[in-house]
Amino acid sequence: MAKYSIFNIIKNAFNEDKNWARAWRDPEPKKSYDVIIIGAGGHGLASAFYLAKNHGIRNIAVLEKGYLGGGNTGRNTTIVRSNYMLDENAHFYEKSLQLWEQLSSELNYNVMFSQRGVLNLAHTDSQIDAITRRGNTMRLNGIDAELLDEKQIRKLMPYLDFSNDVRFPIKGGLLQRRGGTARHDAVAWGLARAADSLGVDIIQNCEVIGFEETGNKITVVKTSRGNFNCGKVGFAVAGNTGHLASLINLKLPIESHVLQAFVSEPLKPMIDHVVTFGAGHFYISQSDKGGLVFGGDIDMYNSYAQKGNLPLIEEVVTAGLAMIPSLSRLRITRHWGGVMDMSMDGSPIIGKSPIDNLYLNCGWCYGGFKATPGSGWVFAHTIANDEPHSLNKGLNLERFKKGRMVDERGAGPFPNRH
Amino acid sequence: MLIINCPLCGPRDHAEFTYVGDATKNRPKNGDSSNDNAWYDFVYLRDNPKGLHEELWQHSFGCRCFVKVLRNTLTHEIIATGMPKDNLILKEKGLELNV
Repeated sequence: MAKYSIFNIIKNAFNEDKNWARAWRDPEPKKSYDVIIIGAGGHGLASAFYLAKNHGIRNIAVLEKGYLGGGNTGRNTTIVRSNYMLDENAHFYEKSLQLWEQLSSELNYNVMFSQRGVLNLAHTDSQIDAITRRGNTMRLNGIDAELLDEKQIRKLMPYLDFSNDVRFPIKGGLLQRRGGTARHDAVAWGLARAADSLGVDIIQNCEVIGFEETGNKITVVKTSRGNFNCGKVGFAVAGNTGHLASLINLKLPIESHVLQAFVSEPLKPMIDHVVTFGAGHFYISQSDKGGLVFGGDIDMYNSYAQKGNLPLIEEVVTAGLAMIPSLSRLRITRHWGGVMDMSMDGSPIIGKSPIDNLYLNCGWCYGGFKATPGSGWVFAHTIANDEPHSLNKGLNLERFKKGRMVDERGAGPFPNRH
Repeated sequence: MLIINCPLCGPRDHAEFTYVGDATKNRPKNGDSSNDNAWYDFVYLRDNPKGLHEELWQHSFGCRCFVKVLRNTLTHEIIATGMPKDNLILKEKGLELNV
């Protein structure tokens, strides 16, 4: 595989860019693999990449029922941050953010990671207390956080509604400058190219339809493109985790819900950061093409449909207008839905399963994209060593049985409230 | 938009309802701490089916009654609605016993 570099770009420019090799192979599947990862989204591809790179396992297949990166990897609002408070989440997401910072050079592929800063607004005294506590906790954990008052925010984001006679006046905010956005498609493509160059087989249009078990082990993965013998199996299928688990009679503390996201018509540069509303669920940033990318709550009812409903659109836009009134004249040009694997405590599950050679990577709720490299990194460690890394030890499946929730919001066991 | 046929109020927009969740979970007896697995199953585990799902909605901005809904999670099509005690799957097949 040719390394991408300035010299290569110049060289190919002379041939009108006709001689670029394809970025990854389209291999015929083998009969047997040491590790089969199901789901060629960001998490699955990152897992395969780090398994090959860090743990020397090369006989890996990543199975994808549709096309690479066509699920939630291509359906999110591309926000990357690590502003968590609980230990189990904080250190894991911070590791992920550190991996993001070097991902483009590690993959030799520009994932357009832009550390433009993520600001969470606060609108009441109690919210100021809460973000102060969160910020202090983050700083004690060695993660960057800055508390801003209204004046400082006014300077960074003059387009917000700062009037005092509104229902939710802006009182302050918590800024994580190292947070930002990345180009989601480039993440999938870069990881696919890097994993493929290490010998990983990425097999698309290959839907898993069943498993064969011997004892407490999966021995065969049955797919629409034939049956594969396997050493170990990893699930990285986000919203489809529940469906896949039902094929081996595994019940999980997860519900699938639909989350919508939106893009407006393109504008001149206006929003330089990622901003979130504190009095409702709303987050917004501006893409490099100029469109405002935003989202809000899930639709609240169980769904495997990659489409949402109108009342939620109204709710999201209402929150957006309360925060940035000038959005009112904008047209939404595209909107879509993705299927979230909402866990019972709002935190992910990465680790071992009740089946000996099956590993779970699921329960990402709203926030799977930012975890992409970190998730792959710890999942690869867990699969290779048959035990979790210290970073994902607390994010195990048993925590639900033992009552050790990692519930960042304190919302209780209601998957649609996280 | 989902139109939910409330057994008391008739067909209504789903914005009038609050989603409660999976209707197939049975709460263990109050005070029964002998079987942790039953509680674990009730509080945390879900079938999370891709297809037919029996679920509860509350008609919060209407009669405030709990309504059982049989809905396809892949298409959002609502197949049947009834009172919480109704077995909608049997009812759909015409098999429900008259008690």
